[in-house]
Amino acid sequence: MSSRARILQRLRDRTDGALVPPESDFSVMTGRGWGVQERLERFERLISSVHAEVIHTRQASWTETLAEVLTAKAVRRLALGHEHPVPAEARAALHEHEVDLVDANRDIEAWQREQFETVDAGLTSTGGAIAETGSLWLWPTPDEPRLTSLVPPLHIAVLDAETIEDTFFDVVEAHEWSQGMPTNALLISGPSKTADIEQTLAYGVHGPRELVVLIRHREEST
Amino acid sequence: MSVQTYTPREFHRQAHDALGNPQIRANFRKAMDGLMSKRRDVFSDWDLDALRELGANIRQRALARLPELLEQLEANCQANGIRVHWAQDGDEACRIIRELCEARDAKSVIKGKSMVSEEMHLNTHLEGAGIEALESDLGEYLVQLNEQTPSHIIMPAIHLNTDEISEIMHDKTGTERTRDVDYMTAAARAQLRERFMAADVGISGVNFAVAETGTLCLVENEGNGRMTTTVPPVHIAVTGIEKVVEHLRDVPPLYALLTRSATGQHVTTYFNMISGPRKPDEHDGPEEVHLVLVDNGRSSIYQDDELLDTLRCIRCGACMNHCPVYTRVGGHTYGTTYPGPIGKILMPHMMGLAETRDLPSASSLCGACGEVCPVKIPIPDLLVRLRKESVGEGRGNVPGAGVKRHRSEVLAWKGFQWLATHPGVWRSAMAIAGKLRGWMPTRLGGWTDYRSTPKPAKTSLHALVKRHRREEGSS
Amino acid sequence: MTPIKQYPPKPARVYFFGTCLIDLFYPEAGLDGIRLLEREGIDVRFPDDQTCCGQPAYTSGYHDEARAVAEAQLDLFREPWPIVVPSGSCGGMIRTHYPQLFSGTPREAQAKEVASRVFELTEFLVHVCHIKLIDKGRPEKVAMHTSCSARREMGLPDTGPALLSQLQSVELVEQERTAECCGFGGTFAVRHPEVSGAMVNDKVQAIESSGAEHFVTSDCGCLMNIAGCCRHREASLDGEHIASYLWRRTA
Repeated sequence: MSSRARILQRLRDRTDGALVPPESDFSVMTGRGWGVQERLERFERLISSVHAEVIHTRQASWTETLAEVLTAKAVRRLALGHEHPVPAEARAALHEHEVDLVDANRDIEAWQREQFETVDAGLTSTGGAIAETGSLWLWPTPDEPRLTSLVPPLHIAVLDAETIEDTFFDVVEAHEWSQGMPTNALLISGPSKTADIEQTLAYGVHGPRELVVLIRHREEST
Repeated sequence: MSVQTYTPREFHRQAHDALGNPQIRANFRKAMDGLMSKRRDVFSDWDLDALRELGANIRQRALARLPELLEQLEANCQANGIRVHWAQDGDEACRIIRELCEARDAKSVIKGKSMVSEEMHLNTHLEGAGIEALESDLGEYLVQLNEQTPSHIIMPAIHLNTDEISEIMHDKTGTERTRDVDYMTAAARAQLRERFMAADVGISGVNFAVAETGTLCLVENEGNGRMTTTVPPVHIAVTGIEKVVEHLRDVPPLYALLTRSATGQHVTTYFNMISGPRKPDEHDGPEEVHLVLVDNGRSSIYQDDELLDTLRCIRCGACMNHCPVYTRVGGHTYGTTYPGPIGKILMPHMMGLAETRDLPSASSLCGACGEVCPVKIPIPDLLVRLRKESVGEGRGNVPGAGVKRHRSEVLAWKGFQWLATHPGVWRSAMAIAGKLRGWMPTRLGGWTDYRSTPKPAKTSLHALVKRHRREEGSS
Repeated sequence: MTPIKQYPPKPARVYFFGTCLIDLFYPEAGLDGIRLLEREGIDVRFPDDQTCCGQPAYTSGYHDEARAVAEAQLDLFREPWPIVVPSGSCGGMIRTHYPQLFSGTPREAQAKEVASRVFELTEFLVHVCHIKLIDKGRPEKVAMHTSCSARREMGLPDTGPALLSQLQSVELVEQERTAECCGFGGTFAVRHPEVSGAMVNDKVQAIESSGAEHFVTSDCGCLMNIAGCCRHREASLDGEHIASYLWRRTA
């Protein structure tokens, strides 16, 4: 008999008999009732509290803000995709900028050391965000691979203000994640950190030292 | 710093050493105080009772359907391209992982944090086969450099302070002696990045395995978990069979409870959900993903309605953070993979009550652990249950049951029973004790090392009440 | 977390379960508890055949012995009166563990019924008697140690402090880590004397540092432990059961 069969049999032939699964009440996870502004404020407050930098910009001119960030952070090599509107618009706008645009959508085997050692920042889109915890959610794609948000010391994430939802539970339910998960789905809340040395916070232990969130607003008012 | 091995058999000696070590005492006290206060703050705006109730309910539901959920998990993982392996014990799991490594001719393994791999002593096994296994969680890395095991399930190096860590890194990696945590962190980053690139296999644990979607969830702050599961060409995830949950919507409540209970964080930096190896059109991620499901005593715990609650655990460590015993003796004293309250109710099943004989009794049953447990495991009740098993008055279904049954102790309790069920004799005994109070020995075992001898009162309450009634009657 | 409990109106009669530690070591605390209840106009019955709730055997794993001892207590409380216990530990034993101990036995229903009538003394004074205390004592700084069983098992972290706060001249001082165990734990103190000793020394230290001149507890196990440690350290600090303190200052 295989180990699998033995384990399953032991579980099925339970001494104290079959168990009755209880019903679950998920109401504590949802129904926050926050308005647009409150969601935005919460998101910003929480993600800022874990050391991320939030910069507000407009849909129409976000690439100018991006260029300013790249200049301010002295980014010389930026990894990004091609096809998603975020990297596509960034590429178009940064044509004149002195930053080198590094193709992220290449098989990693071809450029691993280059990525680990020479790329200053990775730019990615996001699927949305979570107000309750100050988290971004990302589903990496062939165009915007997993390591783009992990390996370079700076991760710049582009978030549309209207895609911030209340809770993680709300995101999973509203977007029907259970209907099909990608190879990798991620929540990101701030830059990489550790407190393993005597509870002292230090950033950038394995992943990015800095996370910049560019929040794009539709209207001029913000 | 000398390298020391710890065993649960030596709990008393190890506790003695830890209690006499001011550095250990101070390190743990400071850390636990901080963790308790952070947890309190982070839950302040939650209906914590409702959330814990939901957490317990989700875990209970998963356990109620465990065999079918494991099959569903396997089917969905395989449909996603994840290969699933089953191991009845730690040795079998080690062998499976070693063979997977050998099939790739792997020489170097990088590891994300996995308590199950500690439980089965995977690193030692792999090293025996000529495969180097390097821990990449900073705390685990430091502990491994120091040739130790983790002293806490979430914060493996919590027993070390900054100066000690600086010394270890200086000795083993040649960094400068410093109190600059950023410098040490950056040094470790550089050291480990090379190893990530060079690793043939990445091995991680799993926080939640979702049956519905065949998804493996990993919770972390550092990014080493993402590195481990993305950079090497092979990812092997290893986990206990109890870690499965039914639905994806079961994950947010457990994640909310886990991070807040563990470190008082609203959320960790990364929540990494893996549902397969790299697809043909994708450019990074491992070519192979394996899931090793480890039983190692869990299916035995599963048999018993009361012991079953042990398997609800989501490994947050809040029970140790709040434990007055753990805080004083530290994690290594227990000599077990899982220290603290959860270790005391889990390890007897894995190692037997003979080996862990002093663990179930090493609790004042103060209830702090049960009070904070995010999935409401009645830890004090389970400690009492294991004490009952130890003295042979339980169901006899825990390995080593009855190991602490000694004639003299049984006689003492039978004597207590006789006295307490014969009220006339009891009253006389109280009266006699009052008369003999001057004869109390000045030493009473360990009690009088720290306290004066308690003296029976001259008059028992029984007698006082009688006198009180007479006085009432006469007044 | 305080369980939501419906408290009955103040009854004419109660049972008093004195506990073995009080019987043997601190009988005055028991009598003071009785006096406090009597002053509230309650007829207090003390079943003479009571001995021990059985908890020492229970927590040591000797459940057959504990059950036999518990069984001997069950029949002492035949009338439907509340049972007042001046100890969170023994009160918790009867309220929480008797139903477990007798589960599946012919005594199960009786154990549950008895359990449902159990009140810890400070709980009873606050929530059932709605006691009003008039302090006659001198100004004093006092620390309170609520036992872990009262605090967690019975969900009563506040009743002791609530009573002390009624005493006008008493300042209840806050100690560091108030909710932490004193290290007694019954046989724990005997089986793991060093760990227990470290815990009680820290507790004494915390109480001393709070500036308290005196401490009170609602459990005689904790009292024996903490006061015993104070004497061992030759500390000036001393303590007593909260029932004695309340009676002493208000009689």
